[in-house]
Amino acid sequence: MSLLEIKNLGVMFGGLRAVDNFSLTLEKGDLYGLIGPNGAGKTTVFNLITGVYKPTSGTFFLDGKELKGKTPEQISKAGIARTFQNIRLFNNLSVLDNVKLGLHNRMKYSTLEGVLRLPKFFKKEKEMDEEAMKLLKVFSLEEEADVQAGSLPYGKQRKLEIARALATDPKLLLLDEPAAGMNPSETQELMDTIRFVRSEFSMTILLIEHDMKLVSGICEKVTVLNFGTELTKGETSKVLNDPEVIKAYLGD
Amino acid sequence: MNFLSFLISGVSLGGIYALIALGYTMVYGIAKMLNFAHGDVIMIGGYMAYTLCSTMGMNPMIGVIGSVAVCTLLGVTIERFAYKPLRTAAPLAVLITAIGVSYLLQNLALLIFGSAAKSFTSVVSIKGISLFDGELVVSGETLVTIVVSVVIMIALTLFVNKTKPGRAMRAVSEDKGAAQLMGVNVNATIALTFAIGSALAAVAGLLLCSSYPSLSPYTGAMPGIKAFTAAVFGGIGSIPGAMIGGILLGIIENLSKGYISTELSDAIVFSILIIILLVKPTGILGKKISEKV
Repeated sequence: MSLLEIKNLGVMFGGLRAVDNFSLTLEKGDLYGLIGPNGAGKTTVFNLITGVYKPTSGTFFLDGKELKGKTPEQISKAGIARTFQNIRLFNNLSVLDNVKLGLHNRMKYSTLEGVLRLPKFFKKEKEMDEEAMKLLKVFSLEEEADVQAGSLPYGKQRKLEIARALATDPKLLLLDEPAAGMNPSETQELMDTIRFVRSEFSMTILLIEHDMKLVSGICEKVTVLNFGTELTKGETSKVLNDPEVIKAYLGD
Repeated sequence: MNFLSFLISGVSLGGIYALIALGYTMVYGIAKMLNFAHGDVIMIGGYMAYTLCSTMGMNPMIGVIGSVAVCTLLGVTIERFAYKPLRTAAPLAVLITAIGVSYLLQNLALLIFGSAAKSFTSVVSIKGISLFDGELVVSGETLVTIVVSVVIMIALTLFVNKTKPGRAMRAVSEDKGAAQLMGVNVNATIALTFAIGSALAAVAGLLLCSSYPSLSPYTGAMPGIKAFTAAVFGGIGSIPGAMIGGILLGIIENLSKGYISTELSDAIVFSILIIILLVKPTGILGKKISEKV
């Protein structure tokens, strides 16, 4: 069974078809790219499969479980985590607390146990601290654990967002333009990080990216979106040399 | 000695304002709305305790517990039926609804309990203390108010900063969407905030009615407005801000009552608010939000 199966997904905003008839199948362990010109509907696809938008047509499955119409919270619990094009960390929370928020549904104790500070509260909070520090170490952020997330430098904020997403223990990780605003050496480091995440956590990753060096460097396969529909898909090197794709990006 | 006495009762009154202001500020922080019905929850809490203790003759402790329980439930119910359906509506619609709920509660109390003020029996049974050979007398109510409000403020700070539900509250107040995508139940978190705020209002109401033992359907209105002032004074959305704002407001009010004029004390309190907001529009601890360009 495929890990992610998107079938003819579509959404309309008023009269505008932002995404139409979009299908995609990911197997466990895939590292897949979603590319296309600005406004092609790539982030809309992410918003659809994380429950931010409700699809007007089509459906999608994670591990065989239909997730269409579920809330973002339910989808997060089902195992899809994401990062954002414009970083959306909790800037006033510490780096550690950002990751612990990702652990929110994995460590359970009741509000009452928290209010009364029963032993379970301390035990679970300690477990969360340990788990969060482990993740921060993976991204070499352990030194900054107590720093406010908003005061981290840009590259580290991107890393922290990935760490926070991984804290939810996802089956599928969605990265929305992870290299946006990075210089070539930071992008190189990011590629290593993504490869590492994939092997270390045996993660399936779907990413949106404009940086073709990153896409051709790490994605085995890509889908090209244009005007909300699929233009083509296939092996990265072949797709990137397709005259139709070049036309979509550069115009006639 | 007069000064010390004014100061102590000011801190006590300020503690009450702070407890109410916490409800305003937490709800504002998380739901981005001003819950103007918050003051009237205090009044309902007072009537609840009055009914249980004075009318039915039960132990004051049962009055306290019953009143906190009813107010918590009331807060969650108001949120569920009046504000939740408007979660995506314009802020003005929510504000008007809150004012509507406020009038609804006042008129319900008017209908059930009548307009005549009831004399509230203090729920505090501790004796006051007398210091410096009787020159300074601090009533039991004042002592209990100070102790209770300090304990609650410490507990709330620990809860918000150190626990999982508290962390979820901070995350939701910053970015609802992102919190939801991390698996946080936003509706439950907002409901929890209303529950805590209303429970604090109930406690504040009982302390207020114990110190100033007259209860009418409009009892909650003025302290509600003053606590809102305190929350803005401290920086709305900031929990330590509401605490500092509340206590300062209580002290200012009592000192101006003592040294300037009882009639003018409210005018002085609100003038100070206006001056503070002219000098520092975000309040004492409010964050300056600078637009990124």
